[in-house]
Amino acid sequence: MSPKTLYDKIWDAHVAHEADDGTCLLYIDRHLVHEVTSPQAFEGLRMSGRTVRAPEKTIAVPDHNVPTTLDRANASTMTEDSRIQVEALDRNAKEFGLHYYPVSDVRQGVVHIVGPEQGWTLPGMTVVCGDSHTATHGAFGSLAHGIGTSEVEHVLATQTLIQKKSKNMKVEITGELAPGVTAKDITMAVIGQTGTAGGTGYVIEYCGSAIESLSMEGRMTVCNMAIEGGARAGLIAPDQTTYDYCMGRPHAPKGAEWEAALTYWKTLFTDEGAHFDKVLTIRGEDIAPLVTWGTSPEDVLPITDVVPNPSSFEGGKVGAAERSIEYMGLTAGQKLADIEIDTVFIGSCTNGRIEDFRAAAAILKGKKIKDGMRAMVVPGSGLVRAQAEEEGIAQIFKDAGFEWRLAGCSMCLAMNPDQLKPGERCAATSNRNFEGRQGRGGRTHLMSPAMAAAAAITGRLTDVRDLM
Amino acid sequence: MEKFTTLSGIAAPMPLVNIDTDMIIPKQFLKTIKRSGLGVNLFDEMRYNLDGSEISDFVLNQPAYREASVLVAGDNFGCGSSREHAPWAIADFGIRCVVSTSFADIFYNNCFKNGILPIVLPEDQRDALMKDAEKGANARIEVDLEAQTITSSDGETFSFELDAFKKHCLLNGLDDIGLTMEKAAAIDTFEAEVSTSRPWV
Repeated sequence: MSPKTLYDKIWDAHVAHEADDGTCLLYIDRHLVHEVTSPQAFEGLRMSGRTVRAPEKTIAVPDHNVPTTLDRANASTMTEDSRIQVEALDRNAKEFGLHYYPVSDVRQGVVHIVGPEQGWTLPGMTVVCGDSHTATHGAFGSLAHGIGTSEVEHVLATQTLIQKKSKNMKVEITGELAPGVTAKDITMAVIGQTGTAGGTGYVIEYCGSAIESLSMEGRMTVCNMAIEGGARAGLIAPDQTTYDYCMGRPHAPKGAEWEAALTYWKTLFTDEGAHFDKVLTIRGEDIAPLVTWGTSPEDVLPITDVVPNPSSFEGGKVGAAERSIEYMGLTAGQKLADIEIDTVFIGSCTNGRIEDFRAAAAILKGKKIKDGMRAMVVPGSGLVRAQAEEEGIAQIFKDAGFEWRLAGCSMCLAMNPDQLKPGERCAATSNRNFEGRQGRGGRTHLMSPAMAAAAAITGRLTDVRDLM
Repeated sequence: MEKFTTLSGIAAPMPLVNIDTDMIIPKQFLKTIKRSGLGVNLFDEMRYNLDGSEISDFVLNQPAYREASVLVAGDNFGCGSSREHAPWAIADFGIRCVVSTSFADIFYNNCFKNGILPIVLPEDQRDALMKDAEKGANARIEVDLEAQTITSSDGETFSFELDAFKKHCLLNGLDDIGLTMEKAAAIDTFEAEVSTSRPWV
């Protein structure tokens, strides 16, 4: 038998039907559903007289629209259209008998944080959601990717997706990370090298000692942004770190089933000599704390660098860089560390987990955010929030001057009231710096939680290593 | 789904690279529970001022391109989120075909569910069509899905590749849930096997 990649193995284990032309029906083990991309899918089911094939494998949680202020139980904190979407999810989850975590449930949070936390996401599974950051779940060695609403309806009705296999890409991060450099910097460094279309048509497997050293939280951060590199999914082979994270989670197997699962999970690795269509290797030691300067996640530079000159690019990227620099209100040659900010957002499915908050709190402890700074921390789930309160981290944020919020997607995509105004500039731990992403005219610089904490203190983009 | 066979129409040029889904349909328009009516908000923040008035130099606001049914775009069109609101807005505006050198994966798949044909061409051919599109309303581009060709107003024809199954569904306007339902027995068999081999799933 020819050697297989991890992706090959998971793929092969999920093909329910293969047509002569290679078009497959891929069986879906877990389907995560949120309020924004699902209403039309459920409506489609109703209109065609269909139902949900596997409600026991379908998990629903509202996250995109929900307010994160402490008074959110008050219905007036949500706009009419947001409320209609949340109510539609509530109705659909109950009518079709889905696993459901409503806003009032302490387990509610960003769908990609809730899934792993509750043990829904396990190694070797296929996981989909009507959200591009489903790539997050690849951290467990599960094949996970975002789908559109028509495909949400397809999965609801058939528990399968019509798929053709992607190509294999290996991204190896060797050695170890320097102090002040985190999983976020790894994933941004990769996108900086491949560009936002470099992964198109591929499933990426991240490997190497710098990846193996990461916690599950860090691995989720890395895989989360595989989509920003254009990849269909990101994967990391499961190991002891993965098993330890999964063990004892509410929906993880127990007893003899756990042992059987573990035996299977230990077969989930890329065989020696397996073929990759593309390979990228980065030395962990070469990665510096990074920030974005433009309006594409590929616009990545070390914090010690300067805003680039558009003429240093080629082709269509010259015009794009000119447009970005104008939108961002910057000047070519300006030091990145001189860029002043007025807003800090720590949270999102990229960096809304406990480890992210610990890293930010370590920088903030005993310090205050700059006068006039608007800074908020939005936990990825109610359970992350509770744990941070128990560990005293919440108090560090509050003492520093941060708003300590309830769980949701919040200012990552600004569908709830948490938005930037035109011209406001934000140090954000989220995943996209597109024009208008955090509010029309708003300017976003992506970075790690530790870097965002440093920026909150100084009021400008800051090399976190100077504060360590 | 509406069938796609041939198309003859005005092409609008959008040479910007990395046109993302937030540009195509900003998040404030995702709060709908319908699929229709999003065309008026297509490219909203590039197309309208804050007061709702049109930004006159935006391509789809120019008289020549108001009726465009083809978009010729910069590299990596549709990157970003999985929101199907992006192809819904494009189709609702009346655009049935987008030409680029590359598309983001999820957006590309979403197009086929909505009767939109995304065409991938090499850079030089896309650039030729971009120049053609810049001629305005006099330049009509012809697309023939069966023949897999796109022809500029000068009569220059380029062939494009696409997956045979996707082509079949688009040509015939097929609902792929219905097609998959026909294979329910295979799904039943698969589920039964997995319930023994991986019972924890």
